Order: sequence, then structure tokens, then C-alpha cells
Amino acid sequence: MNDLRRKVAIVPCSGIGKPYGTVSREAGYDLCEDLRPDTTELVALSRLVMGDETARQTVAECPAIAIDGCKLMCAAKMVKQSGGTVAQEVAVLDVYRRHKNLKPVGIAELNEAGLQLARVLAEEVTGKIDELAPPATRVEQGGHHG
Amino acid sequence: MADVFKSKVGIVSCSGEELSEGTVSRLATLRVLHELRPHETVTLCLPLFLAGGESERAFARVHPTITVDGCDLRCAARATAMYSAEPAASIVVNDVVAKRGLGKPEGRRRLNEAGRQAVDATATHVAALVDELLDRTPGTATSGNRVSGK
Repeated sequence: MNDLRRKVAIVPCSGIGKPYGTVSREAGYDLCEDLRPDTTELVALSRLVMGDETARQTVAECPAIAIDGCKLMCAAKMVKQSGGTVAQEVAVLDVYRRHKNLKPVGIAELNEAGLQLARVLAEEVTGKIDELAPPATRVEQGGHHG
Repeated sequence: MADVFKSKVGIVSCSGEELSEGTVSRLATLRVLHELRPHETVTLCLPLFLAGGESERAFARVHPTITVDGCDLRCAARATAMYSAEPAASIVVNDVVAKRGLGKPEGRRRLNEAGRQAVDATATHVAALVDELLDRTPGTATSGNRVSGK
């Protein structure tokens, strides 16, 4: 069973029309599969939209990080409408403005710059995740660190 | 204005980030939109039905719509019916995979060979439905395909 007590819900926008939506999804995978697999839970926005009980429970019990590809901010809006708490709203466009050299191209398949932009975004978010859900080793080992 | 819309079919894909079949549905939808029927199709991000305004919700009232879902939750079909109008046809990737005798799609981030075959099969199926629908009255159910709500 998934223990949600130490998890952060990662909710990427489901954008299908622009590369920024794909970047949000890729960043979600970066976080949940590579960078913080033990302390994050990927939530599909469509399930949240449809009121799926498991998805709603996840955002109800876990602080959420919404990653949106456009100004409509669907992911952040839906987490709030579902009764969840958005701990951080991330707009892909804001990250891109700070990293203009990483212009994402491609929707079905991102170019290398788009993949790098997703990774940069994901790495920027890890600090917030660690704050919200400290890695288990740090908690369990108590006084052994730092 | 309405005449412009008559020549277009809307395709709404499940986002399905959690499942490989969700990736299949998304990539198949993009294949139809960008390669197979670029002049005959449009799309809308599924969450826009809720997060967007009336213009987004009017989507399926103006366009005959095909929904492409990754699993039996059928979020795209249900959302389209709930917030806009009954889709003209709805497809579930698992059904296409079973019907074609394909392997199980794996790799929600990077699809395996079976997943890529499922994209091809699903996209081809959707493109055929587009052709069929453009000769039909918007909203008419297509025989042989799941129709939302039934």
C-alpha cells in the first residue's frame, strides 16, 4: 500500500496542444521516477477532473505541487477545486523565461532543450518536496545526520 | 462560423500520465492531429472542460467528437459527455490492443514496441472514424465503437 503520509502529490497539467504541456508532464516523470520516487505521487489530472476517489484522496492528504503549461493553470485550479492544498504552483513559462536557451520544441516528442527544461524545473522543485516530505532516511535516522 | 466547424472533428484524449495506455492515447491523438488528418481535426485539453470557460464547454456541441481513453475509467468520454456533449464515438486503447492482438504497452514515458504499435493502430482507427463522421451528422454514434454513456 502507498503510504501517503510522507508524500507530495505532483500534478502536471495535461496539456496536449503545446510543448509546454509536454514539459510539465516530463518534469512530473523526472520527479516521480528519477529524483524523488519515494516521496512523490504522480496524479493524473484527468482523474482529478472526473472526481476519481483515489486521486481526490491523494490531493486531500498530500500537499500538492501543480505544474502548469499555460496561463490557464488547470492543474492548480483543479487541485484547489478538489479540496487539496497547492504547496507550490509552477508555471513552465516562468521557468523558460529564466532559461531562454532551453526552448522546448515538439509535443509528442520533446527536443533535447525541452527535456533539459523539464529537468531544470524538476530540480528546482525538489527543495520544496524535501521541505514538505523529508526523505525517509533523514527522518528515520534522526540524530545521525547533520 | 458554424460551416467552418462542420468540417472538423474534435478529438479529446485522456491525459493518463499514470498509465502507458494514457501515453498511447495521447500520442495516437497527436498522430491524427498532426499527420493523418491535420485539416479535419482539432483538440482540447481535457481539464479545460472544468478549468476553462463556456467556449471550451461548447466544444463538443459544435464539433462531432471522438474520445480516446487509456483505460476503462474512460475519463475523456465521461468528461466530454458531462461538460460538453455526448461524443460521437469513443475508443479505449485496451480494446484496440485486444482486438489487434498486440502486446501490452509498457513505458509511460517511453513506449515499448508494443506501445508504438498500439499508437499506430489507435491512430489509424481514429482517422477512419474521422472520415466516417465527416459524412455523418455531428453527434451520430458510430456503430462498432463504444459510445459514452451506454
